[in-house]
Amino acid sequence: MIFGVPLQALLGQLMLGLINGSFYALLSLGLAVIFGLLRVINFAHGAQFMLGAFTALLLAKHLGIGYWFALVLVPLLVGLFGVIIERTMLSRLYKLDHLYGLLFTFGLALTIEGTFRYFFGSSGLPYSAPAALQSPPVNLGFMVLPRYRAWVIVASLIVCLATWVLIEKTKLGAYLRAATENPTLVQAFGVNVPLLLTLTYGFGVALAALAGVLAAPVYQVSPLMGSNLIIVVFAVVVVGGMGSIMGAIVTGYALGLAEGLTKVFYPEASNIVIFVIMAIVLILRPAGLFGKEA
Amino acid sequence: MAALLDVSDLHAWYGESHILHGVNMHVQQGETICILGRNGMGKTTTLRTIMGILRKRKGRIGFDGRDLMRMSLHATARAGLGFVPEERGIFATLSVEENLLLPPKVADGGMSLDEIYDLFPNLRERRSSAGTKLSGGEQQMLAMARILRTGARCLLLDEPTEGLAPVIIQRIGEVLAELKKRGMTVVLVEQNFRFASKVADRFYLMDHGQMVAEFPVGELAANMAMLNEQLGV
Repeated sequence: MIFGVPLQALLGQLMLGLINGSFYALLSLGLAVIFGLLRVINFAHGAQFMLGAFTALLLAKHLGIGYWFALVLVPLLVGLFGVIIERTMLSRLYKLDHLYGLLFTFGLALTIEGTFRYFFGSSGLPYSAPAALQSPPVNLGFMVLPRYRAWVIVASLIVCLATWVLIEKTKLGAYLRAATENPTLVQAFGVNVPLLLTLTYGFGVALAALAGVLAAPVYQVSPLMGSNLIIVVFAVVVVGGMGSIMGAIVTGYALGLAEGLTKVFYPEASNIVIFVIMAIVLILRPAGLFGKEA
Repeated sequence: MAALLDVSDLHAWYGESHILHGVNMHVQQGETICILGRNGMGKTTTLRTIMGILRKRKGRIGFDGRDLMRMSLHATARAGLGFVPEERGIFATLSVEENLLLPPKVADGGMSLDEIYDLFPNLRERRSSAGTKLSGGEQQMLAMARILRTGARCLLLDEPTEGLAPVIIQRIGEVLAELKKRGMTVVLVEQNFRFASKVADRFYLMDHGQMVAEFPVGELAANMAMLNEQLGV
């Protein structure tokens, strides 16, 4: 017992918090990468997450393509969709006020979600985890952890870490960081910055889709699954600091855990705790915990 | 002999304001030329327009027989033009060495990292510091060094000595002399007249968006009266 709460319940909620945090981290990471370079607040991120889950579901239903293959194929397909959107539409807005990018992606989200609601209704559809990750649960001694949930935590940690290494430690990442600071000069060095912008948007969208595939067996697959999550994810990005890669990752997991803890000690506040934290951070550190003061 | 960089009747605009009014400039392979002029006469704009950063432009820019007017900014760099901006443009989120290795190679014949570190020993010592932790002089060295690796044939250099101590200005002069020996073509914009008279082969004088005079370094003395009047030195 800790503060009158059974240890099992505490650990159970923390674990749930960590799972939610895994999705927060993956999604806010994609948003941060896109915002950093394109200065676009990608409101379609939730819809692209949903698109990932639905694409996995449809691939399984119509083509018999299983989870593991979908985990690779779906981010590529949805990322390609993002590339096409950026090339044909979003890239035309860069010269205008940033508000236009936000409005465009917001409209895109409504369009995608509306289309899926029209064809699939708004109730959730089941997508089962692969056999290898179903029962029996892993017994950690102090608690039992369903295998698929353990996998989600591990997979999201790996993807977040790999993305961080890609951006902070590679040549491509150096282009990305430099272009975030001064895109014109990087292009004046001979780097095809418009192409870099396209690929970055595609990469961010692919991350959202990957999170969608990971989420499909945990949450119900439904057209609105993204819009439920994305508001929280925006709060995560604000707390972490717009455009900060490490900030997005750490804050994602931390706020997931904070939410889990609140569920144990004061369940009534669990839905708003992240927004309360956001408000406090905005008052004390307007640039976010990991953001640089402008 | 055809000029390496051939600019004729170049016009450019910032929004609605017409800045360049028919610039003519011809630079031979291996030459160091210097554009003189008072503030706001279009010197920096000339470099930015040749490079293709300023896209609202009209006229002709030939480089190595190719038409730069049709090229995107990154294609212009790939054609062999290297740009060192006035504000130096060192990236804060990159280390010194990452800054140095950032510009892609555009041709063979650039310096190796070791040669660059021999030319700028300070940069070797500080290779893992953040780019903006360097002093102003070191930042200028880094901004120049970073282009030398790429194999660019022509350097557009905007006020390299601005705000720097005399000993560092002298060092930059030595570097330019070394580049000249290697056959590099340099277009320099400079307010520091004494510095320019030591490194340049030829001068252009700019006034209200046009080149109003042109003379080789040998005729500098004969032009001093006119320059004093124009530049107010």
